[in-house]
Amino acid sequence: MLSSTRHAGRSRRTAAATAGLASITLALTACGSGSDDGSGSGSGEESGSGEITLTVATFNNFGYTDELLARYEEENPGVTVEHVTAARSEDARTNLTTKLAAGGEGLADIEAIEVDWLPELTQYPDLFTDLSDPEIEGRWLDWKVEQATTPDGKLIGYGTDIGPEAICYRADLFEAAGLPSDREEVAELLGGADATWEDYFEVGRQFVASSDAAWFDGATPTYQGMINQVMDAYEDPATGEPKDLASNTAVKDLYDQVVQAAVTDGLSAGLEQWSGDWDAAFQNDGFATMLCPAWMTGPIEERAGGVAGWDVADVFPGGGGNWGGSFLTVPASGAHTEEAKQLAAWLTAPEQQIAAFEFAGTFPSQVEAQASEQVQSFTNEFFGDAPVGQIFSARAQAIEGAPFKGPNYFSIHQSVQNALLRVDVTKEQDAEAGWQGALEEFASLGL
Amino acid sequence: MAVLSPTQPAPARGRPPGRRAPRRVGFSQRLGRWDVKLSPYLYISPFFVLFAVTGLFPLVYTAFVSVHQWNLLGGQGDFVGLQNYADVLDQPVFWRSLVNTVSIFVLSSVPQVLLAITIAALLDQNLRAATFWRMGVLVPYIVAPVAVSMIFGRMFADQYGFVNALLGIVGIDPVGWHSDRFASHLAIATIVNYRWTGYNALIFLAAMQAVPRELYEAAVIDGAGRVRQFFSVTVPQIRATIIFVVITSTIGGLQIFDEVRMYDAAGLGGPSKNWMTTVLYLYDVAWGNQKNFGRAAAVAWILFVLIIGIGMINFLLTRRISTSGPSTPKVSRRHTRALLERARAAGAATTTPPAAGPAPGTGAPPSGGARAGAARAGTTPEEDR
Repeated sequence: MLSSTRHAGRSRRTAAATAGLASITLALTACGSGSDDGSGSGSGEESGSGEITLTVATFNNFGYTDELLARYEEENPGVTVEHVTAARSEDARTNLTTKLAAGGEGLADIEAIEVDWLPELTQYPDLFTDLSDPEIEGRWLDWKVEQATTPDGKLIGYGTDIGPEAICYRADLFEAAGLPSDREEVAELLGGADATWEDYFEVGRQFVASSDAAWFDGATPTYQGMINQVMDAYEDPATGEPKDLASNTAVKDLYDQVVQAAVTDGLSAGLEQWSGDWDAAFQNDGFATMLCPAWMTGPIEERAGGVAGWDVADVFPGGGGNWGGSFLTVPASGAHTEEAKQLAAWLTAPEQQIAAFEFAGTFPSQVEAQASEQVQSFTNEFFGDAPVGQIFSARAQAIEGAPFKGPNYFSIHQSVQNALLRVDVTKEQDAEAGWQGALEEFASLGL
Repeated sequence: MAVLSPTQPAPARGRPPGRRAPRRVGFSQRLGRWDVKLSPYLYISPFFVLFAVTGLFPLVYTAFVSVHQWNLLGGQGDFVGLQNYADVLDQPVFWRSLVNTVSIFVLSSVPQVLLAITIAALLDQNLRAATFWRMGVLVPYIVAPVAVSMIFGRMFADQYGFVNALLGIVGIDPVGWHSDRFASHLAIATIVNYRWTGYNALIFLAAMQAVPRELYEAAVIDGAGRVRQFFSVTVPQIRATIIFVVITSTIGGLQIFDEVRMYDAAGLGGPSKNWMTTVLYLYDVAWGNQKNFGRAAAVAWILFVLIIGIGMINFLLTRRISTSGPSTPKVSRRHTRALLERARAAGAATTTPPAAGPAPGTGAPPSGGARAGAARAGTTPEEDR
């Protein structure tokens, strides 16, 4: 009797120990497998007879509809295309950089990137597949290709859209202030083909003298437009070395000019882009003009719904200017880089980019697409039926090249932008104190 | 089977220690000894294994990263010793972020705990539709922090903000919620409080519900009013919970991130870093323009040490404050050990040695497990924030 109890007791304990072990093992394997299939892409699951799945990761709205992707699947039997979209580009960026840092595990076969991420990514060209291909040479504007070319000549991204800049303005506020409001007349008023920033600010002074609204939204977006026309703003293109900000007269001149216009002359509404106040100002007649890359028409319409009078003028101070734009890259760690490259080439072909433009308003970077009938005849109802296709194509023609942006570009740029915000938006400092702050911030970067 | 069954009589149960016994006893004894020695550790090991994987390893690895040059994309660089720590401590932005963090923490945690305990005391009364009110206070907690921050970001906008509009009606000048340092801290603390007060109130409420009602009856007989009851019965009785809430909200308060990240468009603490907290600074160093993981890891470790320090001070302070009443008699460890030993001796006298073995062995783990469980309970909410 005694022995039987003992026996039972032992086996129960053994069972418990086994259960304990099993639960640990389970917990551990759960952890282990989680990191494997949580991504579900990268490798692209093979299912039998040479069928592959390619994942495309984009953000915001690239205009790649399900129908478009289905067409590729039809034309290429055995390929399934999956499309993953991040709501905001910052999310996509964090995802991309973190996974690249982790050795590429879990990345999509095609990762969309913004032009601003390129300075840091081109430092590690080995992380991406070289996409250069003689067949598609000349598809894009030259500077668009240059942006995604690494110093050693690798092409790491196929261009999707660009952001040629025009001036968006409120025709009704222009009229109320006694200025011409027709889009050709406004283009002429602002200086026409050889408009300068001084012209733009001068008309602004006339405008604010007879209106309650400000001339432009804020000093920072305006400065951004200006600095984007300086080919070697903060760094030496030859060496990539950062220039000393204190002795960088080109930057200081622009800073002085924009502060003079924004704060001293009172042309600025004192807003930071994408802030709550900026959103609200669209409904409150906060400002009459703003620098307007092609993709900005969407955000303006979103915020200014119900406000009549927005229009686009085919003019930009200081020549052409580009703001933003994206690329498709193929991470080198993917299992099907060759097929992914093919898909990326297809997606960035003129026909597909025209479809994307019609769907999402992303202005194509392909020469042929810009000249196409569909783009040229495209009008925007919200902007008084302005022929935006034609206007932005003309603005794209005016762009002479892309400025050099090295690894430290955005750190330095941010210190100047912060100075402008302090002077223009929060108004806690005057122009000189703001600049001193920028110099301090630059110094603390330790470059 | 049918043929074999007669030769193999009814298994084990009624069988005398029979033919195969000698061999099996040796093994089973060895197994038994392993069992006694090993299984307690196995029982408690899931916690330690999980802790090693999710707690200890990241800590140690962060320390390893912090003594190297380490770019997010480039990976491990040269060993630089404590250079990263020196660099971080040398940055004015770091110190500024620390002041911001402490300021926001004080502005949020203190009113939060006081308000939560008050709300809990109200909810502890005999209310009509009690569950409705109790669930009601939890509503802010289930709203996504990013959504909360976006709504409050618009309310606290400088030019067209709701709060400034309200102030304008009363005739107060608009407040520069994004230009004045203190105002920005106040606004962010409001967002934090909105989200966490209800949650803490529910924790307090749960503790209050466990207070024996006889104590209140006795207090009433002694002539204590509502306020006196609260301070003399409720507060001392929920002391442990107060310590828990204060410590978790301290840890959470020092790790504020979502609210400040969403407070303005750029999410980097404003042009003068007026509301950049230390965790946001860490994020900016690691994932911002610098992509400097080494330095970010150093910030993480400095913050870790700091939180432990402040947590300790906090613990000591809270213990003193809330032990104003007679505390529950504390049993010293020596006393427990003596009791255990006596029980063990008694156990050894009554049962045969091998079977008695497990008794003290299995007696120990539950207390260890409970302690581990408490430690875990203390750490989870902080991760959430």
